Amino acid sequence: MIEHLLSMDQLSASDITMILDTAESLLEVTHRPIKKLPTLRGRTVCNLFYEASTRTRISFELAAKRLSADVINFSADSKSSVAKGESFKDTAWTLEAMGVDAIIVRHGASGAPHQLAQWVKASVINAGDGRHEHPTQALLDLFSIRRRFKDFEGLEVAIVGDVLNSRVARSNVKGLLEMGASVTLVGPPTLVPKSAAAWGARIVYDLDEVISDVDICYLLRVQKERQAEQLFPSDREYAACWGLDSMRLRRMKPEALVMHPGPLNRGVEISAEASESDRAIILDQVSNGLAVRMSLLYLMLGGKDEWS
Amino acid sequence: MTQARLFAGARVIDPASGRDEVSDVLVADGVVQAVGRGLEPAGAEVIDLDGALLGPGLVDLHTHLREPGREDEEDIASASAAAAAGGYTALCAMPNTDPVADSAAVVEKVWARGHSVGLVDVIPAGALSRGLRGVEMADLGEMARGRAQVRLFTDDGHGVQDTLFARRAMEYLSGFDGIYAEHCEDASLAGGGQMHEGERSMALGLRGIPAEAEELMAARDIALARLTGCRLHLLHISTAGTVDLVRRAKAEGVVVTAEATPHHFTLTDAALEGYDPNAKVNPPLRTESDRVAVVAGLADGTIDAIATDHAPHAIEEKEVELVLAPPGLVGLETALGLAVTELVDPGHLGWGDLFERMAAAPARILGLSDHGRIAVGRPANLVAIDSQASWTVEPAAFLSRSRNTPFAGRRLRSRVLWTVHDGSVTFAAEPLGAAL
Repeated sequence: MIEHLLSMDQLSASDITMILDTAESLLEVTHRPIKKLPTLRGRTVCNLFYEASTRTRISFELAAKRLSADVINFSADSKSSVAKGESFKDTAWTLEAMGVDAIIVRHGASGAPHQLAQWVKASVINAGDGRHEHPTQALLDLFSIRRRFKDFEGLEVAIVGDVLNSRVARSNVKGLLEMGASVTLVGPPTLVPKSAAAWGARIVYDLDEVISDVDICYLLRVQKERQAEQLFPSDREYAACWGLDSMRLRRMKPEALVMHPGPLNRGVEISAEASESDRAIILDQVSNGLAVRMSLLYLMLGGKDEWS
Repeated sequence: MTQARLFAGARVIDPASGRDEVSDVLVADGVVQAVGRGLEPAGAEVIDLDGALLGPGLVDLHTHLREPGREDEEDIASASAAAAAGGYTALCAMPNTDPVADSAAVVEKVWARGHSVGLVDVIPAGALSRGLRGVEMADLGEMARGRAQVRLFTDDGHGVQDTLFARRAMEYLSGFDGIYAEHCEDASLAGGGQMHEGERSMALGLRGIPAEAEELMAARDIALARLTGCRLHLLHISTAGTVDLVRRAKAEGVVVTAEATPHHFTLTDAALEGYDPNAKVNPPLRTESDRVAVVAGLADGTIDAIATDHAPHAIEEKEVELVLAPPGLVGLETALGLAVTELVDPGHLGWGDLFERMAAAPARILGLSDHGRIAVGRPANLVAIDSQASWTVEPAAFLSRSRNTPFAGRRLRSRVLWTVHDGSVTFAAEPLGAAL
């Protein structure tokens, strides 16, 4: 298994399949009355979060604890050494000196996990870096898709919204294409630049052109500051052109699904009706995240023999 | 008369006079006394340069000295030593220091400090605007008329955003033949970008700076130079579009010159793939087709000069998240090696062209009659080069006080053997005694 997980580029289809298969068997454990495995007993995992996060941090914390690892949470907030001016590198070395085995890092700067991996011996797992990647989100999304559809081959996926600024989009496009799905990026050209065509996905500017053909409509979160940057005229216009509302929901194929990485901006990229419909597997994505992150920690850390 | 030195048997290359032949050069009292074959002056120390090249000392149009203000990163003494080791005998000091070189007092202090260090001629550039804010003119005339005799004016670090200010500054400078030098970058279009905008920035999730941010300002300035008749110099041009704009402007007769850096003719935005902050520079490393266009521009003379944009930064400022790191890299000690490796060895430039781009043209642009040529009766500013040697870039060995280079570990062709400034040896690859 890989030493660090920085980008979906590192994972082949067979790596992804192994992670998802392992997650499948770990999912069973989460339904047992006693949900803990001893695999990572004596190992220490650090959540190093430079950006606010609820679901990803808690999901990783719980995943590590279910595997019996010791967990440290470090948030770079006003109460930490970062507020005293400690650099990213010094923080990394401090954690290294305390003997952590894995660092799960969330950072607002693209590439921060790549830099961290050069500074420490611990395994680095990217939990979201700037506008670059969020590989564990892509893995849990692939897992959620695979539980509903047998095969990725021939699957049509639309990823709709702020592709330019989305780490979820970058990781998902790579993972979906690697597994054999077809991906269409949808949104205004300001949010879906032509240079994204190099990823191997199709680009379409009109959601209505594709909505009735897709198996999965994956909506990206539209952040409030994007409108201030004049990337589109207003939330209202965005919702009218690219939001998944009840009209578009009804035009989708019978078995088609709605996905979203959260947190939702209801009324902008997704209507309340769409987010609460039977097609939406948004909460499945959250619960599957736990099994997928357990799988990843199990494969990356569990395989290492500490005596060797 | 001081000890005379005979630099004997080198291939002497001087594009200013068209000389390219094996010859001896006799130096005494700081000046070139004679150039010719078989010179046998009595009592002269003979430095055998058989198989080596001897040309005019290099002149850098674009150096950030960091003094005054950031002497922890570089000062005039350390930059001068690094320059001498890189084969330079003169450099043009950018004004974005702290305080900014926007008054006669600051430029004269820089000039005087350079003079007292005495390893290279430090030629200060003046700011165009007070505090580099692009609003009020700096003391342009006083800087030009003072002891430092400033000739080149720039707000380098950022472009002049206000078109009317640019026009007024050019008009004013044209009155005393000052040079308006621009860091071409439309700030709103560049919008906080970290690297060149394109497929790579999109894949890496980094904000991009489009080529057009440079080209728009270059086109504007060319139009204003045509309007005002001011001499225009475009700093560190990096895109195929800008090279083309300069080529067309020159054909039209606009008085414009341009420089390009070793990193722009060597590297592309691929250098950012590992998020190395040492590859973050402004203007950013561009695409392969831009790099090829810069090489072609240097080959056909569209780009007049190779300049380093030597920009020292402290380790703690560069070893941070890419987005937080200041742009820039050190270049004085690697420029010649990169130029030989990337331009001369592959046949894009001959040695005469190389000395033209790195010595003669920059000296001409700055109006330095004592540099960029080897002429009897003129100060001896020379560099001797072993063109066949090669070496590995080791930042820890730099004489510069800073280490920020993306070229660590790179193998470079050619080595500086001797640098001579005003007749004095300012750098020797081996101690003076060892060569005797």
